[in-house]
Amino acid sequence: MNMSTFKGGTHVPGYKELTQGLATIPAKIPNKLYIPVSQHIGAPCIPLVQIGDEVKKGQKIAEGKGFVTAPIHSSVSGKVLAIEKKQHPGGNFVNCIVIENDGKEEWAVTVQPNSNPEELSSEEIRKIVFEAGIVGLGGATFPTHVKYAPVENKQAEFIILNGVECEPYITADHRIMLEKPERIIAGLRYKLRSTGCKKGIIAIEENKLDAIEKLTKLCELEENIEVIALKEKYPQGSEKQLIFACTGREVPVGGLPLDAGVIVNNVATAVAVADAIELGIPLIERITTLSGDGIKKPANYLVRIGTLFSDLIEESGGFTGDIDKIISGGLMMGKTVFTDDIPIVKGSSGIVVLKKQLGVDGKEYNCVRCAKCVDACPMFLEPTTIVKLAKRGLWEEAEKNNIMSCIECGSCVYVCPASIPLVQYIRRAKLAIGAARAKARSNGGKK
Amino acid sequence: MINAIISLAVMGAIFGIILGIANKKFVVDIDPRVEAITNALPGANCGGCGFPGCGGYAEAIVVGTAPLAACGPGKDEVRKKIAGIMGADVGESKERKVAQLMCNGGQDKAVSLYEYEGILDCYTAKTMFGGPKVCSYSCIGLGSCIDACPFGCITMGDNHLPIIDYDLCVGCNKCVEYCPQSVIQLIDASKLVHVRCSNRDKGKLAKEACQVACIKCKLCEKNCPEGAIAVVDNGAGGLAEIDYSKCTNCGICVNKCPTNAIEKIMPINIEAINKEDTNNTQSSVACNNCGLCK
Repeated sequence: MNMSTFKGGTHVPGYKELTQGLATIPAKIPNKLYIPVSQHIGAPCIPLVQIGDEVKKGQKIAEGKGFVTAPIHSSVSGKVLAIEKKQHPGGNFVNCIVIENDGKEEWAVTVQPNSNPEELSSEEIRKIVFEAGIVGLGGATFPTHVKYAPVENKQAEFIILNGVECEPYITADHRIMLEKPERIIAGLRYKLRSTGCKKGIIAIEENKLDAIEKLTKLCELEENIEVIALKEKYPQGSEKQLIFACTGREVPVGGLPLDAGVIVNNVATAVAVADAIELGIPLIERITTLSGDGIKKPANYLVRIGTLFSDLIEESGGFTGDIDKIISGGLMMGKTVFTDDIPIVKGSSGIVVLKKQLGVDGKEYNCVRCAKCVDACPMFLEPTTIVKLAKRGLWEEAEKNNIMSCIECGSCVYVCPASIPLVQYIRRAKLAIGAARAKARSNGGKK
Repeated sequence: MINAIISLAVMGAIFGIILGIANKKFVVDIDPRVEAITNALPGANCGGCGFPGCGGYAEAIVVGTAPLAACGPGKDEVRKKIAGIMGADVGESKERKVAQLMCNGGQDKAVSLYEYEGILDCYTAKTMFGGPKVCSYSCIGLGSCIDACPFGCITMGDNHLPIIDYDLCVGCNKCVEYCPQSVIQLIDASKLVHVRCSNRDKGKLAKEACQVACIKCKLCEKNCPEGAIAVVDNGAGGLAEIDYSKCTNCGICVNKCPTNAIEKIMPINIEAINKEDTNNTQSSVACNNCGLCK
């Protein structure tokens, strides 16, 4: 089969056989849920409820100001116990609304099925998507309604639904494609209508043949929806790489996918959009893969937002002996967390628990200038040069070498024979450059 | 052969004339004072004055946008030289300032949140749950300030807290700017009593996070004869802060503090780096204490 892909990248073992054949199990709903007020890119939300308030399932409990934000809804019906600081999978401490589950599962009055979804205007669709608190469920958690907002002089031609899931271990998107393919297509149709795009593409990697077959069959009658099979390579699930693989277009440096006439969304986001538009259900649950060699029974769970990692791990039978790392997200781009006392948020596509690996000392050796990272970089950067500059604190020179284009996929670190944590150095430099830019902006504002 | 020699000679003459004219016509006036001041400055390019290196500062002085006494490392001697070059009065000489670490929660005292693995950079560690210690105000202890110090006066202690050599510190402000936790402050060298804690949480939380934290008990505030120390409440907790303009170095608060969060240090040689009787073998103001001469 002649399948397209992007340039660069690397082949990372998938470890998907652990969970890809397992049907999604609805996870037990815990007695206490911790719902963080920040689950999207943008400013944190402000709680709308007070301690002691009764809340219903699907009730809006926090909302933010501005355009780039997404409201947060209660995942269960119950009582607000507290609003307290708790660890967040993003690597910081965030205020969480603690809700005690009363087990009644009563829906809020605002959750009403739409009697005539076919007649909604694009404006109305965007409003519903915003009110449902839908964000990119691939992990980046960018508010979806912002992606669909019309931008002057820019018209998207394609919507690409991302079913690539190139991260090792994670099979959440794979399962949703097998279990809810009709909903994915329904969601895509609403998206096409709301943006006026001509064509929808569902992109799937070749390691998910069953999903490709199923969706291709369903799309046979759809005129403007195409399923594209892509070669298996990491990081194909990254927006810019996916756009190139599907359309041959490149997003300009510092630009958005819209500059290439494309909008990219996750398949799970499409399902959430369809649910919100037809059934009025806000985003209160998602599919999360719990996997890795440190877990007794790896599984795919349909879990309520706010469930703790520890609740899921307990349901899977706990750890298999001494574990070394818990990673929130995928193996390549996820964040290591130091405890399992962390709530699942909208962006939690997976939890990977690993046992201590033999022969890994984590020591950084000197760069041998083999240029493997240069070959692997999907953004065509020179990681070795950039990191050399970043190590010396030469932020401006690093910026000239396009460090800000780095997508932090970790391909360079994966192939580096000297085990240099290149992405850590790059992140450090990006922080410094970001701070310098913010400073320049505020100084410019004063003048 | 002859042709070649003649043509080259003619070309040489023509180019020579062009260059000669260009030299006269496009001459750039350089104020000789810029060079003189640059030579007078220590040449460490520390940036403590707020200008890009010593050259940048010198230009700014000549243009008139910079104060004459902004050079921290240079001390009075350099200021006098600059004043001489500029023909101006140097004004009051500023007191020497040194960097002080406002945290005493080393690995042995502060409660650890997790074991950090990764590059030795405080900023990177801060992005992971605010650092590897429970106290989110504390010194992260990976030594980014050591890299930032252009004078090599910070070393890492056994308990993973930086040790500042007050004799070498010139008060260039580099470490203060670099520290992601803002636990380093520049304070007059004559002041000896310091609150070695930056935790602004409530007393109970602070105590749980670190043995030597300020627990906001206000004993220091009640016992200070000068009214120089007070627990400044920010609503969420607060922190004992010293008003250095009132502090007399009496040390009563040090004895009263139940958690030893306040510390009195040995007197700092106020003119340390300009005198020959210190550890430094040099006396030149141009020395930036790189240590290569030893």
